[in-house]
Amino acid sequence: MIVRFGSLAYLGAILIAPVALIFWRAFEHGLHPFWLAISNPNAVHALKLTLEITAVVVPLNTLFGILCAVAIVRHRLPGMGLVNALVDLPLALSPVVVGLALYLLYGRGGWFGDLPFRVLFALPSMVLATTFVSLPFVVREVVPVLREIGTQQEEAAATLGSSAFTTFRRITLPAIRWAVAYGVVLTTARSLGEFGAVSIVSGGIAGRTQTLTQYVQASYENFDQTGAYAASVLLAALAVTTLLLMTVVKRGDRST
Amino acid sequence: MRKLIIALVLVLVLPSAASAGRKDTTLNVVGYSIPTAVFPKLFTAYQATSQGRGVKFTSSFAASEVQSKAVAAGLPADVVNFSITTDMDRLVQTGQVAKAWDANPYHGIVSNSVVVFVLRNGNPKHIRTWDDLVKPGVQVVFPNPFSSGGARWDVMAAYGAMLREHKTPKQAQAYLTQLFRHNVSQDTSGRNALNTFLSGKGDVLLDYESDAKLAQSQGKPVFYLIPKATLQIETPLAAVNGSNYAAAKQFVDWLYTPAAQTIWAQNGFRSVVPGVEKKFAAQFPPRPQLFKIGYVGGWDKVNKQFFDPTTGIVAKIEQGLGVSTGG
Amino acid sequence: MSAQAVERLYQPRRYPLASGVALGYLSLIVLIPLAAVVAKGTEGGWRHFWQVAWNPEARAALELTFELAGGVVAINAVTGTALAWTLVRDDFPGKRLVNAIVDLPFALPTIVAGLTLLALYGPSGGVGVNVAYTRWGVLMALLFVTLPFVVRTVQPVLIELDRDMEDAAASLGAGRVTIFRRIVFPHLLPALLSGVALAFARAIGEFGAVILIAGNIPFKTEVASLYVFEHINSDDPTGASALAVLMLMISFALLLAIGAMRRWATRHDR
Repeated sequence: MIVRFGSLAYLGAILIAPVALIFWRAFEHGLHPFWLAISNPNAVHALKLTLEITAVVVPLNTLFGILCAVAIVRHRLPGMGLVNALVDLPLALSPVVVGLALYLLYGRGGWFGDLPFRVLFALPSMVLATTFVSLPFVVREVVPVLREIGTQQEEAAATLGSSAFTTFRRITLPAIRWAVAYGVVLTTARSLGEFGAVSIVSGGIAGRTQTLTQYVQASYENFDQTGAYAASVLLAALAVTTLLLMTVVKRGDRST
Repeated sequence: MRKLIIALVLVLVLPSAASAGRKDTTLNVVGYSIPTAVFPKLFTAYQATSQGRGVKFTSSFAASEVQSKAVAAGLPADVVNFSITTDMDRLVQTGQVAKAWDANPYHGIVSNSVVVFVLRNGNPKHIRTWDDLVKPGVQVVFPNPFSSGGARWDVMAAYGAMLREHKTPKQAQAYLTQLFRHNVSQDTSGRNALNTFLSGKGDVLLDYESDAKLAQSQGKPVFYLIPKATLQIETPLAAVNGSNYAAAKQFVDWLYTPAAQTIWAQNGFRSVVPGVEKKFAAQFPPRPQLFKIGYVGGWDKVNKQFFDPTTGIVAKIEQGLGVSTGG
Repeated sequence: MSAQAVERLYQPRRYPLASGVALGYLSLIVLIPLAAVVAKGTEGGWRHFWQVAWNPEARAALELTFELAGGVVAINAVTGTALAWTLVRDDFPGKRLVNAIVDLPFALPTIVAGLTLLALYGPSGGVGVNVAYTRWGVLMALLFVTLPFVVRTVQPVLIELDRDMEDAAASLGAGRVTIFRRIVFPHLLPALLSGVALAFARAIGEFGAVILIAGNIPFKTEVASLYVFEHINSDDPTGASALAVLMLMISFALLLAIGAMRRWATRHDR
C-alpha cells in the first residue's frame, strides 16, 4: 500500500537513517576509539554533571507535580486557570526564552543579581533551567487520573477519621502511582536532554559547567567528530532506555 | 524510588567530597575561540613540569568579546586569553586583571598570527589579492565584528592593506563597504566562521593563520594564502585576580618559556620568543608589507572610530546594508 | 450524627498547603523569571519595545520561523496521519518496534537530533545532499522533532473509530479515498488540529536541533530562537528580550488554542 510504504519511508529518512548513521559512525573504527572518546575526562565530567542535575530536578518536579495536581483538581481556588497555563507553558515555550529569563534574573543588575553564592555560570542556574523545562510532565500525567478517580474514596476515608496526610498516602498515592511513574520517566528524559536553556546560563566550561549535550556541540565545533558521535550515542542509549521504560510503564498501567 | 535517588546522589557526591580534601588547584582558562585545540596540549605539558604537577585545568572557548563580557559578568576565570587587547582592558577596568598585566618583555602577548585568506582547494575563483575579494560574484566569510575579535583583525587588515596600496582613508572606507556587501555570513566567532566556510558557504574566508593551519592539519579540503599586505594578530593573555592568582601567574609565565612556545608554534601559532620563532621560520613565512595595529591607529583609537556600536564606521556600514550590529 | 458533622462531611476537601507550595514553586521557577524578561523587553516603554522587536532582522527571523513552522505542520498533517493509519489499520512485521520508535524524538536530546541529520544530510553525508546552512536543513530538523505530535494525537482516535460506517459506505460502492475524506477525516479533524497546534508550538521555539545545521545566517537561516541566542551573546539583552516577549505571547496564545481544541475534541466525552 502506498500509505504504508510512504509513511515508513518518511520515518526511515527523517528519523531512523540519521540515528542509525550516528551509531555506525561512532563505532566505525572499532570499540577502542569509542571508548577513548567516552573516557576522556571532560566527557566523563559532563556525564556526571548531567546525571547530578537530573538527580536533583526529578525528585523536585515529582514532589511539586503531585502537590500541584492535587491543588489543581481538588482545590477550588479561582486562580487555577492561570496555574494550569503556567504549568503547561514550558511545553510551548522556546528554551532560549527560559535561558534568557534566568540570565536576566540572576545576572549582574538583575532582581536576584546580588546573592551571596554564585547562581549564573554554576550549578544552581543549570538546575533552575532544567527544572523549568521539565516541570509539566508529572502534573499533566497525574491531573487526569486524579479527576477520573474522583473523591469518593478520599471522602469515605475522611468519614472514618483519616487525616489528610494518611488519606493521601494510603488512598490517593497508590491510585496515581502509574501516572507518577510515567511522569517521572518523561521528566528524566527531558532533564537528560536539556540543551538550550542550560547553554545560556552555564558558561559551558569544559570540566566544570558543561553538560553532556553541550559537550556534543563543543566537540563537533572543534573538529572532534568522534567525540561528538560517541557522546551522542551515549545520550541516544539513555533515550532508548527511557523509551523502554515508557513502554513498560504503559503496559503496567494497563494491567492494573 | 526515593532511596534510589539518594543512593545515586551519594555515589556522585562522595568522590568529589573526598577529592576536595586533597586541595588540588584547578585553574579555569577562558579563551577566544581559536586556541581550543592547543590549550589541552599546553595543559598536559605543564602538568609534566615540577611546578605544574597536581594542577588541574578546566576551560571555555568562545568569541573573544563574548568571553570578556562573560568574565566581567561573573564567569569564573583564572587565566584569560583574548583576541584583542580591548577585551583585556575591559577586565582591567573591572579590577579583575592587574593594570600591569602587560609588563613582561612581550607586552602580555603570548602568541602571534596573521590575517589570511582561506580558500577551497583549486581556488576556482582565482582569489589572490584584497581587490579580488570585492570582484562581482565573490562571497566572503568573516565573523561578526561586534562579538568576534577575529573579525576586527580581519576588517582592520583590509583597511590597512588599502592604505598600504596608497589609497586615501576615504577610499579605504569605501572598500570596507564593498567588503561587507560581499559578506555572506556573520558568525559569532572565528571558529564558527571557519565551520560555516567548511560546510560549503562562501568562496573565501578571512581567518587567523593559526585556525587555517588547524583546518589543514585536520585534512579539510582548503588551503590558505597570506596576502602581501596583512595585519599581525597579537593575542593577549593574563592571569586573573582571585584565590588562584599565584598558581595562574606561574602558568602564565610558563607559557612564554621555549618549551611552551614550541608547542604554540607546532600548533600553528607564531611564537613571540625570537629563538623559537627562528626555529619555525619555514612554516611561518614573513610578509613584506606586514603591519601592526599601530599602523592604523592602535586599538583604542580604532575601536572608537570603527567599532562603536552606534557611531562607528563599521556600524554605519552595517546599518546601511540592513545587517544588525547586535550591540 | 449532628447536622454540623454531616455538613462538614460534604465540604470539598481543601488542600491549602499543597496549593501554597505549588504556587510558591511556580512563582520561583516560572513566573518571576518570565517577569524579568517582560520587564527587560518593555524597559523603554511600549513604543521602544515595538521599535526593537520589529527591527528588520527580528522581523525576518519571525517571518522565517512562521514560514518554516507552517511548512512543517502541513507536512506533519499528512505524514503524521499516514503514519497513524499505518500503525492502526495495517499490520507488518516489526510494527510494535516502529510504534515505539515514533516516540524517539520525545526522548532524544535535540542537539543529538540535529547532529544526526547533519551527519547524514550535511557536507560529509554521502547521500549526495548537503542541506547544511540552508532552510531545507532547518526544515528537516523541525520535521524530526515534531514527528510524534500528530501521530500520537490521531492514533487514539483511529483506534476508537467505529468501522461500521466505513463498511456500510464500502458496501454502497464508495472508493477508499471517498470513505476517508467523507467519513474518517471529519472524526480525525479535532485530534489532527490539536496535534498540529502542538507541533507548531514546538517548531516555533526549537533551538537545539537547529543550531548546528542552520549556521545562523541573518535574513537567511536565522530563526527566532537563534536570533534571541545571538543577541544574548553579543550583549544585547534588550533586543533579545523584545523578541523573547513576542515569542512568549505567541506561546501563550498557542496554549490557549490547544486547550480550546482539546475541549472541542472531547466535547462528546463530557
